Amino acid sequence: MTYTVSMSVNGKAVKGEVEGRTLLVQFIRENLRLTGTHVGCDTSQCGACVVHVNGTSVKSCTLLAVQAEGADITTIEGLAKGDELHPMQAAFRENHGLQCGYCTPGMVMSAIDLVKENPNPTEREVREWLEGNLCRCTGYHNIVKSIEAGAKAMRGG
Amino acid sequence: MYDFSYHRAGSVADASSKLKAAEDGKLVAGGMTLIPTLKQRLAQPSDLIDLGGINDLAGIKADGSGVTIGAMTTHGAVATSKDVKSAIPALAHLAGEIGDPQVRHRGTIGGSIANNDPAADYPAACIGLGATIVTSKREIAADEFFKGLFETALADDEIVTAVRFPKPKRAAYMKFPNPASRYALVGVFVAETGNGMRVAVTGAGQNGVFRVKAMEDALGKSFAADAVANISVPDGDLNSDIHASAEYRAHLITVMAKRAVAAAE
Repeated sequence: MTYTVSMSVNGKAVKGEVEGRTLLVQFIRENLRLTGTHVGCDTSQCGACVVHVNGTSVKSCTLLAVQAEGADITTIEGLAKGDELHPMQAAFRENHGLQCGYCTPGMVMSAIDLVKENPNPTEREVREWLEGNLCRCTGYHNIVKSIEAGAKAMRGG
Repeated sequence: MYDFSYHRAGSVADASSKLKAAEDGKLVAGGMTLIPTLKQRLAQPSDLIDLGGINDLAGIKADGSGVTIGAMTTHGAVATSKDVKSAIPALAHLAGEIGDPQVRHRGTIGGSIANNDPAADYPAACIGLGATIVTSKREIAADEFFKGLFETALADDEIVTAVRFPKPKRAAYMKFPNPASRYALVGVFVAETGNGMRVAVTGAGQNGVFRVKAMEDALGKSFAADAVANISVPDGDLNSDIHASAEYRAHLITVMAKRAVAAAE
């Protein structure tokens, strides 16, 4: 069965034909060609696929595209304003919060949602929040530093 | 994933009739268990009926006697709810330990209990607090609801609409999570309720959540960690798998029960 879905992605109204079983991440990557959202494990564990749905971070590999009908989606591509990186992206660059970069889009999307819920997280709170975001390179240390710096920048300094 | 027909239900009655009309229909709430199950081709429903559009199924109501949590309320909403934190902090704590933040943003209480995974957390809270499961047809006491591995008292076209938790005198939940999945290797919910002591164990039993009467009796005499320290559950009916042997789980039940009592004291 195919269905027509429409939603807003990074502020733009989009529409597409999907099967019932099409995952949101497939729709984002394959229909919309927004390939910044990654598929790591495809089993809801690694968090490389994290996007915001109606302002909240979710794993887009564990959501059907049809379930996101009418939703407001933000992906990693929707964060920067032109050439100006989002403060969280800038903090990851500044603090070298990545090595291979595969997990980074999910890390950044997850981190921004943390700061929305908790503007001034402690190191422990950052580490706990990252339970659903796996990184196999860094050992997390610089990711945590990046998020602390990004949170500070998002608070306005 | 095998393909299926997708339907978005507008109301509980609509979901129920769509479920009845389907050849082999399945409800999807948050989908945090169902979608991974479908991906592994462990299930092949003909129709998926989405409860996500039924707004009045989500929400938390509190009164002096306890809290009522709508079936589509997410774990994240329960974990951060001021009402739940003040009436039953153990329940908010339990919800905040399910999965990870992104899973808690989608997963729902109704989905969790209707699935009755033997390692899920909510069944322990339902049994431990003596909750009432409200469905599209009736009200079911938690003690009558969980029927074994992934089995509940729900009829084929019956839908969980809310769970009512009475406020306990004191309660705590302690779990030893599987470090990868965050499911309970063993989780113990201990409560002193208006109707006496309750001790519910999840993650360990071959037939899912169960109560430990010997511990309840001991706590009735003395509500102290020492009271349960020498009570162990026989490992004959406990799970053994790659994560832990039955013997290890039996040991953990006593340890987690002690910690829960100490936390509730």
